[in-house]
Amino acid sequence: MSDTPNPAAQAAATQHGVATQGTAATATGQAPTAAQASAVPAKDPNACPSCSAVHSPADINANLKTCPSCGHHYRMEPMDRIAYLTDPDSFVEFSANLRSLNPIDLAGYEEKLSEAEVKARMKEAVITGTCSIEGRQAILGVMSFNFMGGSMGSVVGEKVARALLKGAAERVPVIMYATSGGARMQEGIFSLMQMAKTSSAAAEMDKAGVPFFVVLCDPTTGGVTASFAMLGDVTIAEPGALIGFAGPRVIEGTIRQTLPEGFQRAEFQLEKGFVDLISPRKEQRALLVRLIDMHKPGCVPESTTTSGTGKEEV
Amino acid sequence: MPKNSLVNKLEEFKKLAAASGLDLSEELGKVEEKVKAASKTESTWRRVELARHPDRPYSLDYIHRIFDDFTEMHGDRYHGDDAAIVGGIGFLNGRPVTIIANQKGRTLKENMRRNHGMAHPEGYRKALRLAKQAEKFRRPIVTFVDTSGAYPGLEAEERGIGEAIARNLREFSQLKTPIVCVIIGEGGSGGALGICVGDKIYMLENAVYSVISPEGCASILLRDAGKAKDAAVMLRITSSDLLEFKVVNGVIPEPAEGAHTSPDKAAKLIKDVLVRELDDLCTRNPSVLVRYRNQKIRKVGHWNEGEE
Repeated sequence: MSDTPNPAAQAAATQHGVATQGTAATATGQAPTAAQASAVPAKDPNACPSCSAVHSPADINANLKTCPSCGHHYRMEPMDRIAYLTDPDSFVEFSANLRSLNPIDLAGYEEKLSEAEVKARMKEAVITGTCSIEGRQAILGVMSFNFMGGSMGSVVGEKVARALLKGAAERVPVIMYATSGGARMQEGIFSLMQMAKTSSAAAEMDKAGVPFFVVLCDPTTGGVTASFAMLGDVTIAEPGALIGFAGPRVIEGTIRQTLPEGFQRAEFQLEKGFVDLISPRKEQRALLVRLIDMHKPGCVPESTTTSGTGKEEV
Repeated sequence: MPKNSLVNKLEEFKKLAAASGLDLSEELGKVEEKVKAASKTESTWRRVELARHPDRPYSLDYIHRIFDDFTEMHGDRYHGDDAAIVGGIGFLNGRPVTIIANQKGRTLKENMRRNHGMAHPEGYRKALRLAKQAEKFRRPIVTFVDTSGAYPGLEAEERGIGEAIARNLREFSQLKTPIVCVIIGEGGSGGALGICVGDKIYMLENAVYSVISPEGCASILLRDAGKAKDAAVMLRITSSDLLEFKVVNGVIPEPAEGAHTSPDKAAKLIKDVLVRELDDLCTRNPSVLVRYRNQKIRKVGHWNEGEE
């Protein structure tokens, strides 16, 4: 089940594949007060959208924004993820002050960015930094769906690319938590070009032989799906996350049929072969630690010939 | 307001001003602004219509005029052959070249087969297979871009359309062979970009290239699908916009009333550019080419650096 209160907005956000407006659904599970457990369950704002169990926001927050009864994953903001994943005080943000310009002179875009900053309490739709996770060095990028639908404009593209290039240059694993409605159409063609930019940066990780892990969160669609989010060495998905290129509403408009239950959800993508594994949030830190250890250079000696290996010629 | 009635109004104002001796320059200025905006909308939309014109030459129309002995190759080796993307090898003035192109259909029947030029994942995977083959045999690659977008359908999703495009973006950025891309009609979003990463990007004069269709943008940003014309202007999708943005290297002019009025002439103009570019690119060290290509890709975008 989706935890978005406005599936229409979400579908519209991914119309025509890669673009998003960025005003789509906000996270649920942020109802103002606790101690309402005795209210009528069906209409209770704290009722879980999956199992209707009622828990206080405090209990849900304490459970990593998942339902204590059924494990339903609510959306989680970057700062909460960073607090959970990284060793205390280890996260050091870089590229922190990059700000979008208005490349196609779109009326109202600056205002929209300012509103998004306030709403998401983020400077852009992604935050990137260095950190340690149980002592392992990593570069971590986390996207926010609250910032204009996690849409990718020049700054998101640049920050993701810099994180990947830094990882390749310094030989530090990169972890990207993706959630996005797609390219940020307010930046016109420049948003589309960020798909090429982030994918080109992912190629540097390949060449350097440094691992790139992607965690797909609800929802990941459009131009982010069609670029760096699908280019990880290991692709992890959160349970129930909507993952696709075109949004469900657009597809329904194309095929003129209702989509089957669970279409484009993480479990569907696992079955179709596009994610390696689904990992519940509370297991993710341990999983990432294990993956970092597993991707240390193995026992096979490095090849010394350059012909036919695809390596960069000197 | 339509442009003609605005022009009439402007003339009326001018006469009134002359007859009465009143200073109407402020009003005149306002109307003139509106006339300017209206003609901008008109000329932009005319280009969108030309880009989608049913008689506009499609990729194969150009391929057969530009290359000798074009030999089409089929299939992605995983799932099937997607007729919405064609690929193969031909000679450009005697030089073997791999050609990859979006292909729309001319008739209803052909459009059913080619899915109106909207590719499935196997189209992008075929493109990548042929591109890798080109690299292996040190052949340059030419792509023709002409699609309203990748197909937003159920099976395309099941077979990973997002993954297929993403992989192409990464792999095309690294191919050690020259790539020249020409947007000949519609450059529709990620579906276009999936075969439009290269060393040189050209656009026909009346082609458009956009992150989202004007209709899609109108219904989301302007909340009115009827405002597609305004959205087209807003999005800056014409060849002159993209040249100004330096997203394309050059614009190839079209015969006076559009490429469809003289496909031969249009093909000749494209061919001249391809020959010139490949003459140059094929003398370069492929590793340097790749480095330069990626530097260019990574520079695109507009942001303030701020203080670290």
